[in-house]
Amino acid sequence: MTATETFAGSSAGALPSDEPLALIAANGSPVEGSGLRRPADDVVLDLYSAMVLGRRFDAQATALTKQGRLAVYPSSRGQEACQVGAVRALQERDWLFPTYRDSVAIVTRGVDPVAALTLLRGNWHLGYDPYELRVAPQCTPLATNSCHAVGFARAAALKGESTAALVMMGDGATSEGDAHEAFNFAAVWRAPVVFLVQNNGYAISVPTNKQSAARTFAHKGIGYGMSAQYVDGNDAAAVTVAVGDALEHARRGGGPTLIEARTYRIEAHTNADDASRYRSNDEVLLWLARDPVDRLDHYLSARGSLDTFARQAIADHAESFAESFRQRMSVDPELDTEDLFRHVYADPPEHLRRQARRVAADAA
Amino acid sequence: MAGALNLALTDALSADERVVVYGEDVGPLGGVFRVTDGLASRFGETRVFDTPLAEAGIVGTAIGMAMNGMRPVVEIQFDAFAYPAFEQITSHLAKLRNRSRGRIEMPVVIRIPYGGGIGGVEHHSDSSEVFYAHTAGLRVVTPGTPDDAYTMLRAAIDSPDPVIFLEPKRQYWAKAPIARRLDARSLTHAVVRRPGSGVTLISYGAMATTALEVAEAGARLGYDVEVIDLRTLAPFDDATVSESVRRTGRAIVVHEASGFCGYGAEVAARLTESCFHYLEAPILRVTGLDIPYPPPMMESHHLPSVDRVLDAIERLQWDDHVVLPDEMG
Repeated sequence: MTATETFAGSSAGALPSDEPLALIAANGSPVEGSGLRRPADDVVLDLYSAMVLGRRFDAQATALTKQGRLAVYPSSRGQEACQVGAVRALQERDWLFPTYRDSVAIVTRGVDPVAALTLLRGNWHLGYDPYELRVAPQCTPLATNSCHAVGFARAAALKGESTAALVMMGDGATSEGDAHEAFNFAAVWRAPVVFLVQNNGYAISVPTNKQSAARTFAHKGIGYGMSAQYVDGNDAAAVTVAVGDALEHARRGGGPTLIEARTYRIEAHTNADDASRYRSNDEVLLWLARDPVDRLDHYLSARGSLDTFARQAIADHAESFAESFRQRMSVDPELDTEDLFRHVYADPPEHLRRQARRVAADAA
Repeated sequence: MAGALNLALTDALSADERVVVYGEDVGPLGGVFRVTDGLASRFGETRVFDTPLAEAGIVGTAIGMAMNGMRPVVEIQFDAFAYPAFEQITSHLAKLRNRSRGRIEMPVVIRIPYGGGIGGVEHHSDSSEVFYAHTAGLRVVTPGTPDDAYTMLRAAIDSPDPVIFLEPKRQYWAKAPIARRLDARSLTHAVVRRPGSGVTLISYGAMATTALEVAEAGARLGYDVEVIDLRTLAPFDDATVSESVRRTGRAIVVHEASGFCGYGAEVAARLTESCFHYLEAPILRVTGLDIPYPPPMMESHHLPSVDRVLDAIERLQWDDHVVLPDEMG
């Protein structure tokens, strides 16, 4: 495939659709004509199962925050189609570059939830080995990870590896200069990278109409000479197919893609935020009616691919996952003051060795 | 010095295929100071290449490349143009090893021509070393001679830590033989450029050359001046500097950057803590003024001159006569 060929209805320089592409409507009925290929039912069932698990994990993390077991937790409730759909589109060799709101994506990738949450628990900035499951550190400064992903992808291409990088970012992050620089570098270098903008309606309290004057965030792609797509971010089938096609396009040397997935953040920004100050309950109810998990449930049930027993088994599995997670989080983490100094440099310089000894002595 | 740096890049590119060199105008042009002259044609566009004009992107992508096993050496065209990359440098480049408990290495070198004295217009003459030196996790180094330029750049590229490699642009045209040797200590240790017994001048970058000129002039006035070229600003080589000051009992820190909250303040504080009983006089600083870098026609007022440093030497309480209160005017 060359760069000028289209994939899934998109090509560099072509405008994305004005309405988000979908395969499954909010009520669970199939949508035709999107140009996206329809995944098999077992693929959708896997998405559903992972989304149920992700939602249960997310709820447990929010509960742990209320119990003081997490310092802070930015929930992605309502965004499970993006979190799971995008990660399921990755191949093992691909890399995920997540942000602080993408804990569900990280857990979906297979990272131990306790390890995934050390940042938000506050015992260490990063708890998992990025190279084990190819998940970059969760990025807190917005959009900076997009540049990392482009460099990573460029290096993969220079080394002749067929690896693509998936960057997750929010609507607010697209306003950052680093997002612009990453889009531009990726397009100029034709780097194998996919930018997934989860447009959840708000950057903390600021709505998208105060964030951008573009028709959609996907429309920004055209200015960079990049393929772009606008998809229904509450339709996991559409997300996984769009992201998967874009990743394959990238791996084959076709260059980057910008995908906007329109979704909604059901919870406040974090447990420390009060969403009632900037949005109405009616708006939340409207989006609850478009729930991504229910949508797949209805879709699969209508097709005879999900019955009561399977649904219960999936729920039970999620429950036991959450229970194990909760139990392990109830044990205080072990802290070692040596960790504060050990990896500042490859070989701790003398002044840090001195400070480490002093802190250890004070703590003893 | 530009030639020595070019040779270091050439040898590093030849020695290690993971090394890539990129930045603005570093390709066919060879960089605005010609430090990368000829590298693109010799090593090809996959090893040495031009980028879009975007410093955060240059450093941010270098971080990603390093995560994926490369050893990027990126060029920022001028000191003040590095500021758009500040977040990438301080929040990510400096911290990723620590954040990942050593799992992610950041063998990235950021070359930055810095400092004044070449008649550059606004934004082309900053000495921004303390912004980086204040950030834990970075190595901040600056060579004072062509020989060190070669050896230190090779060591920087070999270092597993991120290195802010500050090139004193006034020295780009300095000519001196180089030994073309590898020496990891050049990245971690200061060097005594000229031994002396009366006073220690502590300097770095282009000012190390000024300090040597001061030492020659001082000798004619009867002062035996020792000159230390720090080479590494972060981490600081306490041992070499303290040893010298304990011996001479007097110290002056000389740098181009503004004095307030400048590098000299840290050096003076550390020496006061480590050498107080050995000091014969307060530690002085001769620095740039506390002003935005001046326009080129007035930069000589800002830059520490031989005379200003000599003046400081004369103020180091050489007279052992103690002025008693009732003798005071």
